[in-house]
Amino acid sequence: MNILKFLESFTNEGVLESLNSKGSRRDSFAQFGKAGATAAMAAVPFGMLFSQKASAATSMAAAADTPLSALQLALTLEYLEDEFYDMGLAANGLIPAGDRDVIAQISKHEQSHVTLLKNALRTDAPAKPTFDFTVGGAFDTFTNYQTFLAVAQAFEDTGVRAYKGQAGNLITEKAFLTTALQIHSVEARHASQIRRMRGLKGWIVGNQRGDGMPEQTQAVYNGEENVNQAGFMTNNVPGSFTPRLTATGGTESFDEPITGATATSIASLFIVR
Amino acid sequence: MKNTAVNVKPVTTPGPNGRRNFLKMSGLALAGTGLLIAGCSDDDLETPTDNQLPGVRNGKFDLGGGDAGILTYAYALEQLEADFYTRVVNNSNFNGTFPDEVERAILVDLYNHEVIHREFFKAALTGALAGTSGTVLPALEFNYGGLNFANRTTVLQTAMALEDTGVRAYNGAGQYITNADYLVIAGKIVSVEARHASAIRDILNGGASFAGDDAVDPVTGLDKAEDPSAIIRQVAALNIIQTPFTAQFLQ
Repeated sequence: MNILKFLESFTNEGVLESLNSKGSRRDSFAQFGKAGATAAMAAVPFGMLFSQKASAATSMAAAADTPLSALQLALTLEYLEDEFYDMGLAANGLIPAGDRDVIAQISKHEQSHVTLLKNALRTDAPAKPTFDFTVGGAFDTFTNYQTFLAVAQAFEDTGVRAYKGQAGNLITEKAFLTTALQIHSVEARHASQIRRMRGLKGWIVGNQRGDGMPEQTQAVYNGEENVNQAGFMTNNVPGSFTPRLTATGGTESFDEPITGATATSIASLFIVR
Repeated sequence: MKNTAVNVKPVTTPGPNGRRNFLKMSGLALAGTGLLIAGCSDDDLETPTDNQLPGVRNGKFDLGGGDAGILTYAYALEQLEADFYTRVVNNSNFNGTFPDEVERAILVDLYNHEVIHREFFKAALTGALAGTSGTVLPALEFNYGGLNFANRTTVLQTAMALEDTGVRAYNGAGQYITNADYLVIAGKIVSVEARHASAIRDILNGGASFAGDDAVDPVTGLDKAEDPSAIIRQVAALNIIQTPFTAQFLQ
């Protein structure tokens, strides 16, 4: 099925209205500011944190747990990634020649995701925020390739967890759910590649952000240490296996969701307005 | 393909972690197609008639329908992956086939992950089906024919096929899951399969192949999503699973 043709069939405003019929948008911008003031982000100048007075037109929607809010969150994260990679590819001397094809492929996908989600949301699409990927100069993102890759890893691993966290909000919208899953797995491919380029495993070990990842990115990994999957302990699997199972395989083999609020607070680090 | 009769004992006792920890049948759609079975309500935990629960029908194991069918389907795929990687890492010439320790580490991790996935589904289904007339899919029999587990390219190409198939399968199954907890579980696993696929593709072909245009649509940026029936046909065509089974209630 051609997804764009499918999405064009949603010309009726009523469809998108139905996406917002459950729950309400809470004006909870205060929670963003609060989330940003965690110890992990203490090093960041407070002026760079997401403004509490942001208007609806330019800000990220409050977590409302509807299909609409799920797609709006997704689009905001895709705007972020899309612009980040565009800027990286445009930064002279940043990306080594041997890695350009990888970054270009990722960039191509993020651009496609933005287009797809904007078309799906139409007039309900949030505007693209203004980003600062240097976080007020705290990160030398576009002048230091190692920093660029570290930020890329944070974005991709966040994207995987954020989409996963929104799946439940899309359970009533089967077509959108499937599309979200199809984006989510692509972000996971990206994450694996970036991580491995940085010398890490493609999968997340415990809640480790990994060598060279700035402290502010620990929020991306908290919760990944979970070993209890619906009562099944992934670090204590009954049975005998040859070779014996590793100590960290349990945390690695399941990725964990994050809430819309957490995804928002992570992204907000890079949003100026 | 060998015609193996599957002898399955109905599971009547809870799994090792106790029934209360498991996603219970009450949340499952017992009639996968939405059809009402006469005399049964959706809230019935132990429907005695054909409720589309996984189990043997006419001598063959049927994966079942509804959420239980999707879980069983996932369990079957994880059994295949776990078996494959178990053979890869236990091959007597593993170190010679994969002299690069980074590649060996990847394959050992994939073995770990797929075994854990498989054992998770086994436990989840054991708990969920306890006290019902449904039964847990038995250990399937696998035969790889002449597949050379000591050939690096062959192993990696097969791994790539299995991982990409897993991604398509989970992506396609999501819309059929009715219980939100199960959907989260499927979500937690599919991204790991995608991480696997990315790593295997990269060590096999490098460049942009981790998320190549052959897997991720170059226009939409989407991975594929395929129905259970399509995936099962593809997997059957590999001729690896020897145990006959049916999936009459899955889309």
